[in-house]
Amino acid sequence: MRIEYEGALEIKGNLLFFETIENVGLNEEVTIRSNEKILKGIVSSINEKITVIEILGEVYELDLQNIKVEFKYKPVQIPLSEEMNGKVLNSFGEILDNSIVNIEKYQNINVGAYNPAKRLYPKDIVKTGFSSIDALNTLIKGQKLPIFALSGLPNDEFVAKLATQIEIENSVVILGAIGLRHERAEFLINNIVKNNQNVTVFLNLANEPAVNSLVLPRSALTFAEYMAFEKGKNVIVILYDMTNYANALREISAKKEEIPGKKGYPGYMYSDLASIYERAGILKGKEGSITQIPILTLPDDDITHPIPDLTGYITEGQITMDRNLYKKGIFPPVNVLTSLSRLMNSAIDKTHKRFASQLYSSYAKAKKIEMFASIIGEEELSETEKKYLLFSKKFEKEFINQDIGRTFEETFNKGWELLKILPESELIRLTDEEIKKYING
Amino acid sequence: MNECVYVGENELIGEIIRVTKEEITIQVYEDTTSLKLKENVKLTSSLLSAYLAPGILGSVYDGIQRNLFNLEERIVKGAKSFPLDMEKKYYFKPSVKNGEYIKRGQIIGLVEDNNFIYKILSEFEGKIKGLKEAEFNIKETIAKIRENSVRMLIKRPLRITNKIKRVPLNEPLITGQRIIDFMFPISKGGSASIPGGFGTGKTVLQQTLAKYCNADVIIYIGCGERGNEMTEILEEFPKLIDPRTKQPLMNRTVLIANTSDMPVSARESSIYLGITIGEYFRDMGYSVALMADSTSRWAEAMRELSSRMGELPMEEGYPADVSSKIASIYERAGKIETVNKEAGSLSLIGAVSPAGGDFSEPITIHTKRFTSVFWALDKTLANARFYPAINYLNSYSNYIENLKQWWEKIGNWSEIRQEFNNILSKDEQLQKIVKLLGIQALPEEEKLTVYIAEIIKEAFLQQNAFDEVDAFCSAEKQMEIAKTILLIYNIFKQGMVQKIPVEILKNQKIINEFIQSKYFIKNEEYGKYKDLRDKTKQYYEDFIKNYGE
Repeated sequence: MRIEYEGALEIKGNLLFFETIENVGLNEEVTIRSNEKILKGIVSSINEKITVIEILGEVYELDLQNIKVEFKYKPVQIPLSEEMNGKVLNSFGEILDNSIVNIEKYQNINVGAYNPAKRLYPKDIVKTGFSSIDALNTLIKGQKLPIFALSGLPNDEFVAKLATQIEIENSVVILGAIGLRHERAEFLINNIVKNNQNVTVFLNLANEPAVNSLVLPRSALTFAEYMAFEKGKNVIVILYDMTNYANALREISAKKEEIPGKKGYPGYMYSDLASIYERAGILKGKEGSITQIPILTLPDDDITHPIPDLTGYITEGQITMDRNLYKKGIFPPVNVLTSLSRLMNSAIDKTHKRFASQLYSSYAKAKKIEMFASIIGEEELSETEKKYLLFSKKFEKEFINQDIGRTFEETFNKGWELLKILPESELIRLTDEEIKKYING
Repeated sequence: MNECVYVGENELIGEIIRVTKEEITIQVYEDTTSLKLKENVKLTSSLLSAYLAPGILGSVYDGIQRNLFNLEERIVKGAKSFPLDMEKKYYFKPSVKNGEYIKRGQIIGLVEDNNFIYKILSEFEGKIKGLKEAEFNIKETIAKIRENSVRMLIKRPLRITNKIKRVPLNEPLITGQRIIDFMFPISKGGSASIPGGFGTGKTVLQQTLAKYCNADVIIYIGCGERGNEMTEILEEFPKLIDPRTKQPLMNRTVLIANTSDMPVSARESSIYLGITIGEYFRDMGYSVALMADSTSRWAEAMRELSSRMGELPMEEGYPADVSSKIASIYERAGKIETVNKEAGSLSLIGAVSPAGGDFSEPITIHTKRFTSVFWALDKTLANARFYPAINYLNSYSNYIENLKQWWEKIGNWSEIRQEFNNILSKDEQLQKIVKLLGIQALPEEEKLTVYIAEIIKEAFLQQNAFDEVDAFCSAEKQMEIAKTILLIYNIFKQGMVQKIPVEILKNQKIINEFIQSKYFIKNEEYGKYKDLRDKTKQYYEDFIKNYGE
């Protein structure tokens, strides 16, 4: 039997203020009916008089007098089925082309924290085909590695290539598109899904209500957890764009009249982001894994802005983009010096470590010399310093810059080749054997 | 106030944090999804407390001391797990006799577990009776004092600290990190803060300190940090062997993991839980080092809670009492003389995560006020992969005078340290010119300063956390390296008198041999540095004599 209640007091944006009904619990699901319209909602706060409901969906034409609410007495759930794999879904896990699948079960999208004592520390390499990542900021299975994108750069192309190039056995890709503009979403779907049968898209467009953006990553991750820990898949989750997510969070928080923290973002944004990012990893005794690649566009290229700042504190490193490299025509414009993969050290072998360290320090030194040369002029430089300039130029053009994916071997060969430009005495991070084998050999 | 309560059908754990005539406010330490109006609240008539007994070392807890090994993959609401093994029997060996008059805090017997000796302290004062040498579990009565049963298991409220008799902090907590021990040392019983933006290596440094510092007991709190980092410690510590006790590191460690996705309110209690466990071992006469990563998350938790209670916010939304709360934590560090005339200490090392890496934000500022050592992590150094990325110009330690006597037993510490500081700060000024005009623009004498500063940075301040030999450097080896650098400095000065360019002096192979020596000369072989110095001296004497011929 369906019991519906009347008692709507006020609608403010996507918040519905309702007379409190007994037995309703926090974060539980409701169905809202008004005339012909049916919408979902979540109970977001309760006191003795008023229950606040976040309406998920468009609120236009909602008629305060005619609103009826049905309380479900259970938290928000999405349907789960292996047949969802490869489909395009909305924020609530509903398939957009209306095809019917056999639902295996329903699952809450908000779940308790993972017990760190039951996790396994990630140690296996995921190949991305990008030398700037594979060699110097290696992605690890089970890692959460965000990409700090910059507006106006070919971010979409990068994301699309990354999603199709990633190499890991028994894998599926889930793209959570959060608050994206139509054309951008279309580009991604066309470019990723066409090349891979195993891509599931959770789609939330820019003109949908902000609350939908808050639900989407949680739905996508609930499906990811099902595929990983119940079906044994290695799942790659791409969340694009987390800046839209954070702005939706700010919008809702402001409507709830909460006390704002830095730049208007709510004081609990760290915990809220953590409840998304921490849903990556590997569990003891379970086969699959979740590798998370959140993408966020830096507001005004500012890495100290609360969104990238809080993200950086929770995730395990970052891949940063560089406007200057982009202007030089380098794709992908990854700034390897400010990028970092926190988990790579326990996964790569010793030669890889020294190789990365040598490339890293040589490029860093070259960058310093470049700056110096721009002050005193190139003619004043010593022979060695001039070699560094050449190294830097080639490193950007031939190593970072690439049209197609490279194997690990190709990446390494390219790197060794570049190091040959420098005098042997400069290669202090390599062992004598490595120099013999890779530089002189 | 501060009574522990159970809320609702699922018995969520909470604590009373505000009391008015009509109302109490409860802070719930778990996820409140599906919590309803008019649910029951069960009072426990006991303050939020820690359970302390033998067997606690090696444990992994969440912020409210639930044993994480016994919980599921996901932490479900209302999950309960008693922190200690109630049934395990320990062999209790009395160290007093029946009929003796016992003071509070006096040792009445010893218990060994995993090669660690727990000293059982009396919670009561009076004549002891019924004491016997036998096997007990932690809740059994092992003796009577007046009418009170003495048990191994005790309960201590988290937020109350007992009065202690403090003694001077004159012994360093040796961490094996040269930039810390030699340049900015911390005393046993001291307090330190490590501020640094993300990616500056706070966590790696905290973990390194936990691995290598010479404390008897380590308490490591992951407060609102990454889940995988706690997993890393959990996998790594049982494999690492403590060089002093030859036991797995985990046998002297308690981990408290309240990761970023766990409920915020339990983040707040995790720090108090850690300190209370630390004080338990301190009172036994052990040296305890507590690392909290990060105290900013703890302060943010307070901000979240206070804003929910509708309190008036101060700077950046933090509640007005945030500075006194920070003080109340760090003031619990200290060194004491126990009732049994032993020295026990609790050192507190708190990481701070300033928003946007900005050290002028409230939590960094207040933490700086209440701690005596400041290790400022630096983004530029970290990006250059300089480890530990402690900025040697901004950092300081207030314990230099306290520790002078200890260090001077090993060598001429104060003098060398001062000399290093002079060179580094002079170098900093010269670097501005070098950046603009290049090193060739400097006169020879200043080139020497820049060059020696480079050796100090490269061979001394920088350390490789992943290198077997270099990851930990003993105090003796630190002194030997420092002496060698000073010798090179003096030799080069002589060379300059002979008008030999610094460029030529520094390009001798023997210098590289020295810079690499930190990887090859092991801690116990520090005597080899004397040979290295003799060799270097001999080499340069010949070199200077023959120069120009």
